[in-house]
Amino acid sequence: MSDHTMTGRPAAQRATRPLAIPPLHLAIFAGLLAFFAVAPFFLYPVFLMKVMCFVLFACAFNLLLGYGGLLSFGHAAFFGSASYVSAHAAKVWGLSPELCVLMGSGTAALLGLVIGSLAIRRQGIYFAMVTLAFAQMVYFISLQAPFTGGEDGIQAVPRNRLFGIINLSSDMALYGFVFVIVFAGLFLIYRVIHSPFGQVLKAIRENEARSVSLGYQVNRYKLAVFVISATLAGTAGATKALVFQLASLTDVHWAMSGEVVLMALLGGMHTVFGPIVGAAIIVTMQTISPASAPGLQCCRA
Amino acid sequence: MFEIFGIPAAALFGQLLLGLINGSFYALLSLGLAVIFGLLNIINFAHGAQYMMGAFVAWMLLSYLGINYWWALILVPLIVGAFGIVIERRMISRLYQLDHLYGLLLTFGLALIIQGLFRNQYGVSGLPYSIPPQLQGGTNLGFMFLPNYRGWVVFASLVVCFGTWFLIEKTRLGAYLRAATENPAMVGAFGINVPRLITLTYGFGVGLAALAGVLAAPIYSVNPNMGADLIIVVFAVVVIGGMGSIMGAILTGFGLGIIEGLTRVFYPEASAVVIFVIMAIVLMVKPTGLFGRAT
Repeated sequence: MSDHTMTGRPAAQRATRPLAIPPLHLAIFAGLLAFFAVAPFFLYPVFLMKVMCFVLFACAFNLLLGYGGLLSFGHAAFFGSASYVSAHAAKVWGLSPELCVLMGSGTAALLGLVIGSLAIRRQGIYFAMVTLAFAQMVYFISLQAPFTGGEDGIQAVPRNRLFGIINLSSDMALYGFVFVIVFAGLFLIYRVIHSPFGQVLKAIRENEARSVSLGYQVNRYKLAVFVISATLAGTAGATKALVFQLASLTDVHWAMSGEVVLMALLGGMHTVFGPIVGAAIIVTMQTISPASAPGLQCCRA
Repeated sequence: MFEIFGIPAAALFGQLLLGLINGSFYALLSLGLAVIFGLLNIINFAHGAQYMMGAFVAWMLLSYLGINYWWALILVPLIVGAFGIVIERRMISRLYQLDHLYGLLLTFGLALIIQGLFRNQYGVSGLPYSIPPQLQGGTNLGFMFLPNYRGWVVFASLVVCFGTWFLIEKTRLGAYLRAATENPAMVGAFGINVPRLITLTYGFGVGLAALAGVLAAPIYSVNPNMGADLIIVVFAVVVIGGMGSIMGAILTGFGLGIIEGLTRVFYPEASAVVIFVIMAIVLMVKPTGLFGRAT
């Protein structure tokens, strides 16, 4: 396993442990943690929870685009389907929130496995078109399926009790729950990027043919990162459904896929922390001036 | 009234006609996408927005200037095509050295901006565009009632599709174009102005989308979102057909329209997703698409 250092790092950097967390990143993580821990005392918690959900969504998407080099135009399918499953589990089955989020993420993972294994048969722009088309298929299924509530969506989703004990109906209690999930997700993404697996991904992104010639099963790596990205996008969607107590067609519409592309690009797609900034900017813009955000009002006439 | 497979014939032929109409639009749009992709190597995500612009410009010409449908059929592709040429010169031409994905992202952004501008100006409720007087009414064919305008749409798009096929496959200009698709540097060395050819090709593809928009205006209401949902289906059509051949794009477009129409008769619940299901099957069996070449 010595060949994962072959991504063209300078020798000086290679001499130290290449996969350790650099102090700058630690500082940024600490800053983010501190900000989001203090912020709900000054800003509206629901807005902050929305920001955090989209931060996780954007980072999950960016894991695929920025590090896998795969542009998915269909991430709304994972975000939205997880949102529906989570809302359904909470409202109809009365499950506790952590199980709702787990079920939502699991659904997204399965869907990611199916769509991913088909989509990776094509490269580049075809990949983008295929994911977009499958997401549209998920949209139509969500429109017609009996449990999604069609145009109304699933409304008034209860938040229930965490582990069956802690009441999450107050915004501050829910904030803690979202905070833990989102930062666990972000840390997971960070570790994936800086693992040997992440190094191989970068190699595939830069030169797929060469990675194949080095003996990597390129398609397995692509599928694995696709499923991870889909799962975490699902986690974001499932959490979002509990925050807004709503799962609707907006979550599965292609405009949502476009929005997450914008977030990742605005922040900088080959960076770890860029999409966090991008997501925060776009969600803030939508909140302040809905007309300036192109995606959200693309509802069907 | 006679029946076929237990379905009233009028319903069957009615849906078949609807399928043919949808197929006409799939064919016209995927044709434009294929022509643009062949030479520019970008997927024109703004294609749906340009189709929508075609319908809107036709509506504007009629409402503000009193220019009728027949003139719009000629003028609108020129106007929107010229708009496309400006876009290509000012923006897209800067991206040819970069990864293909940047072209997709740029045109996606353009589509959002264009749609947003039209939505702010005209709302989402849709504007009416009446069928030209010469084509109102319908013809009784014996087995079904054919609205004249719908017949005209199918006829016109067939003519345009095969005209484009002829232009690209059988004329000297088309030969330059195909040569430039294969090897732009070599064609440039023979003294042909490849950048200009690229610009004109983009303008032509955009013009095709605008023409489809004018044809669609009297059938669907003219609204800013009319292209957005259509273009996703067209992407699936393009993936199914592969972008290797012009004839492939035409046949896949019409064929999938008809399949979609038939699905609406026999199993209506699946009509919205049938094209995507076919796409999944094609990806499993022949990932390069039915008419595509291995890359």
